[in-house]
Amino acid sequence: MVPTSYYVLLSAILFTIGVLGVLLRRNAIVIFMAVELMLNAANLALVAFARERLGVEAQVIVFFVITVAAAEVAVGLALLVAIFRTKRTADVDEVSTLKG
Amino acid sequence: MDALTIPPVDLGLIAPLLVVVTWATGLLLVDTFFIPVGRKKLTGYLAIAGLVVAGLVGLPLWGVSGSTFGGMVRLDPFALTLTWVFLLIGILSITMSLDYLPRQDIEQGEYYPLIMFAVSGMILLAQGADLIVLFLGIETLSITLYILTGFAYPRLTSEEAAMKYLVLGAFAAGFFVYGIALIFGATGSTRLSEIGAYAADRDLGDTNLTLLLGGAAMVLIAFSFKAALAPFHMWIPDVYQGSPTPVAAFMSVGTKGGALAALVRLLFEALPTLNAYWLPVLAGLTALTMVVGNLGAIAQMDVKRMLAYSSIGHAGYVMLGVMVAGEQRGPEAFIFYILVYALSNLGAFAVLIALEHQGEEAWQLDDFAGLYQRQPLLAVAMAIFMFSLAGVPPTAGFMAKFYALTAAWEGGLPWLALVGVLTSAIAAFFYLRVIIRMFMTEPEGEPAPELNRGLTIDIVVAAAGTIIIGLIPAPIFALVERSAVALGG
Amino acid sequence: MLANYAIVGIFLVAAISFPLIPLVLAFFLRPKRPTPLKTSTYECGLEAIGDVHVQFKVQYYLYALAFVIFDIEVIFLYPWAVAFQVVGLYGLIAATIFLLMLFAGLLYEWRKGALEWV
Repeated sequence: MVPTSYYVLLSAILFTIGVLGVLLRRNAIVIFMAVELMLNAANLALVAFARERLGVEAQVIVFFVITVAAAEVAVGLALLVAIFRTKRTADVDEVSTLKG
Repeated sequence: MDALTIPPVDLGLIAPLLVVVTWATGLLLVDTFFIPVGRKKLTGYLAIAGLVVAGLVGLPLWGVSGSTFGGMVRLDPFALTLTWVFLLIGILSITMSLDYLPRQDIEQGEYYPLIMFAVSGMILLAQGADLIVLFLGIETLSITLYILTGFAYPRLTSEEAAMKYLVLGAFAAGFFVYGIALIFGATGSTRLSEIGAYAADRDLGDTNLTLLLGGAAMVLIAFSFKAALAPFHMWIPDVYQGSPTPVAAFMSVGTKGGALAALVRLLFEALPTLNAYWLPVLAGLTALTMVVGNLGAIAQMDVKRMLAYSSIGHAGYVMLGVMVAGEQRGPEAFIFYILVYALSNLGAFAVLIALEHQGEEAWQLDDFAGLYQRQPLLAVAMAIFMFSLAGVPPTAGFMAKFYALTAAWEGGLPWLALVGVLTSAIAAFFYLRVIIRMFMTEPEGEPAPELNRGLTIDIVVAAAGTIIIGLIPAPIFALVERSAVALGG
Repeated sequence: MLANYAIVGIFLVAAISFPLIPLVLAFFLRPKRPTPLKTSTYECGLEAIGDVHVQFKVQYYLYALAFVIFDIEVIFLYPWAVAFQVVGLYGLIAATIFLLMLFAGLLYEWRKGALEWV
């Protein structure tokens, strides 16, 4: 059996990639994908821990996380469509009427 | 397969929450099917009725303590009192929106059910005793707020604010979930009490301690984002400025109340044994929050942005109560501060709405010039709110600040209380600046502010509450004392 | 344990080499006489003009969003189906409430016209 620590290490790497993606990329869709990566990294860690502890509780959390992520992305994409129709761009740097 | 033992479910313990959620879902359908365009105010009245009913349903629950859904949801006086405060926030926010939305040409029936869903998220945060429930609560609150922030569509500033809020909020959610995963890895549970018991019972060992600390740190980062503690506050001014004013008002008190109520539980049920680790960090964040918020507000000439920065500063004062919540005074100060801040801040935003005309944004400091001569009562009300936010006696704001500062002082954080006093002194400057503009300068031909029934009710209720609680605080003190009993250890 | 992985590994190598070998062989065997016309992108004989960002109908996004939501909700029904015998009446009631809430969402979408392709 693959030790849990391998999975956790992989999930940590994925999470870091996700964080960097949010911080460094400028395209809103890529940022959503990076956020999704962060959440799924957490899901991987949850499932790995759940297997180690033989509990289903953490697997149930994963369902909830997936659902919340879907809701978040749905709102995000709807906003993106709205912004695109007003401004014709998906670049978050060009969206900067607000100061600060 | 054996039959599962399903934990007994006591729906009575979540009655107010249940009422809010079912009412909101039903209202969404009633609104789309039966309420014609142009009569959407009716939806607003129905939403207010729902929140009132939820509050009444909670009355018989006073004094009840218990948990249900296998210990995932808790009801105690602390949660119940906060539930009432949140319902009040919802009602006041809807009241000030009733005329604002048609005036801004952004009236849509969904607005009111969305506010109700956000309130349900806040109640869930107050009642949650499990990390999953807290996650669901904070996301219910946040996702509805993303939509509400962008509600002034197709106004670009509103859309941008929503996008900014969403990206940062989703980022914070990622930290939250990863934190949950690590905490589960360390302790094998997501129940707050079980995490606390696990950490207290045994020596965790290096690996598990590292996991638990890492998880706790990530969850705390997520909470700091949601409650806008410095240095995770950068989104606040932009988001407030861009969002419709009633939404900004709701957000300023709602997210703080909800997220920090959950933080109280998290810190003192799940992580009390790690006190030595998180207390210095959070104390530092709190001090920074008070300084950044209040210094930032000085530079603002735009009153809406000024209130945004001031809300950051107030998050710091609320945190004073949160950090010493192990003592009896802590949760008391927390509830009291949230209530008073809700009244004063919602009132101030209501005045802002009265000055805001269609298509133009009258938020500059100059727009307040000579308000006393134009609309004396409005100016007096605004002065009351400013005094209260600044913490000048005899307003409620003074009592709340005094309560929070003494709680911190007695709770072993005297230096933080001192920082609080100093930053309050700075804060007085920019609140008084508004008052001086209103009373000491001549009007420069601004149009008369538009007052309507909803706004008038809001402002009167908020002003009366602020004054009455300031003059006769005893009943409220009694209420919060009884509410905090369950938590105080 | 390790032997199982070895089989997977062998499959992997075989699967990758299957398309790769003909490609490599072809690369070495074929005559190379490139002209500008040959190296240009194949575009059905027409020059590529205009913006690649074609504007889709909004309906498309509404469909996509509705699909995402309902697609995800199925993950709650699947475990229920698997554990149907175990959770019994309690599970049935819970799932019914859940489906009713989804139905409310569907009603809302239908009424708002999000399901119509105009």
